[in-house]
Amino acid sequence: MHKPEPDKFKIPVGPQHPALKEPEGFSVALKGEKIMGLEIRLGYNHRGIEKACEERTYIQDLYLIERVCGICSHSHSTCFVQAVEEIAAVEVPKRALYIRTLIGELERVHSHLLWLGVAGHEIGFDTLLMYAWRDREIVMDLLALITGNRVNYGMNTIGGVRRDISKEQAEEVLKGINILEERTKYYIEIATQETTIIKRLSGVGIISHEDALKLDAVGPTARASGVNRDVRYNDPYAAYGEITFNVITDTHNDVYGRTLVRVKELMESYQIIRQCLKKIPDGPILTKVPRKIPIGEATSRYEAPRGEDVHYVKSNGSEKPERVKIRAPTLANIQAVKHMLKDRFLADMPIVIAAIDPCFSCTDRSVSLENPGDRNKEIMTWHALRTYSIEWYKKQGIDFTELNNNLKNKLERR
Amino acid sequence: MRPGKMIKEVLRSIIKKPATNLYPAEELAMPHNFRGKLIFHPEKCVGCKLCMKDCPTGAITINKVGEKQFQAVIDLGKCIYCAQCVDSCLKKALETTKNVELAQLDANKLKVTFSGESKTGIENKTP
Repeated sequence: MHKPEPDKFKIPVGPQHPALKEPEGFSVALKGEKIMGLEIRLGYNHRGIEKACEERTYIQDLYLIERVCGICSHSHSTCFVQAVEEIAAVEVPKRALYIRTLIGELERVHSHLLWLGVAGHEIGFDTLLMYAWRDREIVMDLLALITGNRVNYGMNTIGGVRRDISKEQAEEVLKGINILEERTKYYIEIATQETTIIKRLSGVGIISHEDALKLDAVGPTARASGVNRDVRYNDPYAAYGEITFNVITDTHNDVYGRTLVRVKELMESYQIIRQCLKKIPDGPILTKVPRKIPIGEATSRYEAPRGEDVHYVKSNGSEKPERVKIRAPTLANIQAVKHMLKDRFLADMPIVIAAIDPCFSCTDRSVSLENPGDRNKEIMTWHALRTYSIEWYKKQGIDFTELNNNLKNKLERR
Repeated sequence: MRPGKMIKEVLRSIIKKPATNLYPAEELAMPHNFRGKLIFHPEKCVGCKLCMKDCPTGAITINKVGEKQFQAVIDLGKCIYCAQCVDSCLKKALETTKNVELAQLDANKLKVTFSGESKTGIENKTP
């Protein structure tokens, strides 16, 4: 048990809280309005996706992996598919790689516009939310046009992509991108001129260049602290090797910097989409891959809109993977949040958390509980864990014995 | 720095037409690649059951009802509309439609049987 400290006041934020969109828990130690310490607790939305992947075939896994995240679904499925293709030593057709890149960038556009709206909402600038989300509809319609769905595109398959892109669709995409580019220029103008945004976001959630490196921040969070790191540029996958673009960095180190990085990245994304449509070669979109993937293991990296996404796949030569490990970008960034909020005001908490564009359900992988003070790990069987929990509740004055007996009788009667 | 940078945009919206669609009144056009409710053509099916094997949620079941005759039971509540079965089918016996209005008050109605006897692939409503 924690000893109560007289000058600090601890308040729980979450797991259910109006300021948070997903279940996650924060225990904030306050001194007046100032945050003295922050404890983050994840794990309220653990879905057992990695284990479920092991029980399904590679083809079924594609659709499961896509549902890791609702917003960066293409990121996760591409990352997984890249790892499987590396194990199977498949050469993916060029056209398929370009289509993957195209969808990936359209997804980044929709994710960044979504973030811009959410950030506006968190600082009480709901006008920005309404306009950013209205413009986001354009890119959502483009995604629906190419893939058939607004989210969970189902575009990737092992060895290529499932749907081709026609000339008419390409023209529609270009038209949509032109409108969005005008709108984004306007948002850049707003972000650099509108007093409310600048005053509210400057100096909030500061993380220095050194700390960003030390805490392994990824994506726009790191790039806003001047860390020149982008998987698309440093370790090109799909068609990024043949495309020229700039890695946007900023030296503001705060939420304002992260806003600038994201809106400027939108402009880069439009350039990448244009180049993709210009350079896309003709040819097949799919290489047939046998259902059984040979023995091997591979790690794959992907620059999701939120940062670097890492997938590890191990194959045992059957139709099902032996192990799938997913590291979502939020897991890398969540440590930085703790640092950003130290000695800041409680009112900054929603926007600072929102500024890393968190996706807690994607991050929840598995939970390991450790005894504080005792680093020795022990594995408890299901039975032992159950007995322990019953005993623990008994100590709190809650007795489940009668309830359990009723349940047992009920099951026996069946 | 300039306060009220968005005020022009806000004022312009007063005279603009709404960005939303009047959904039930005006029917939305589904995109070309849209994956809606599945349709099964029994006369094309050879019973290889690849669709059953590849379905991520186990929503489709192929039953043999007679000599070279198969029926499909599709649980629309389980289906995630990924259309992997359409890709997997070697004989093109499965097809997606643009039907999205599938909500039902009774869960049993979500199970749709495509009868083996029907030559047209029209669903047989009786479960």
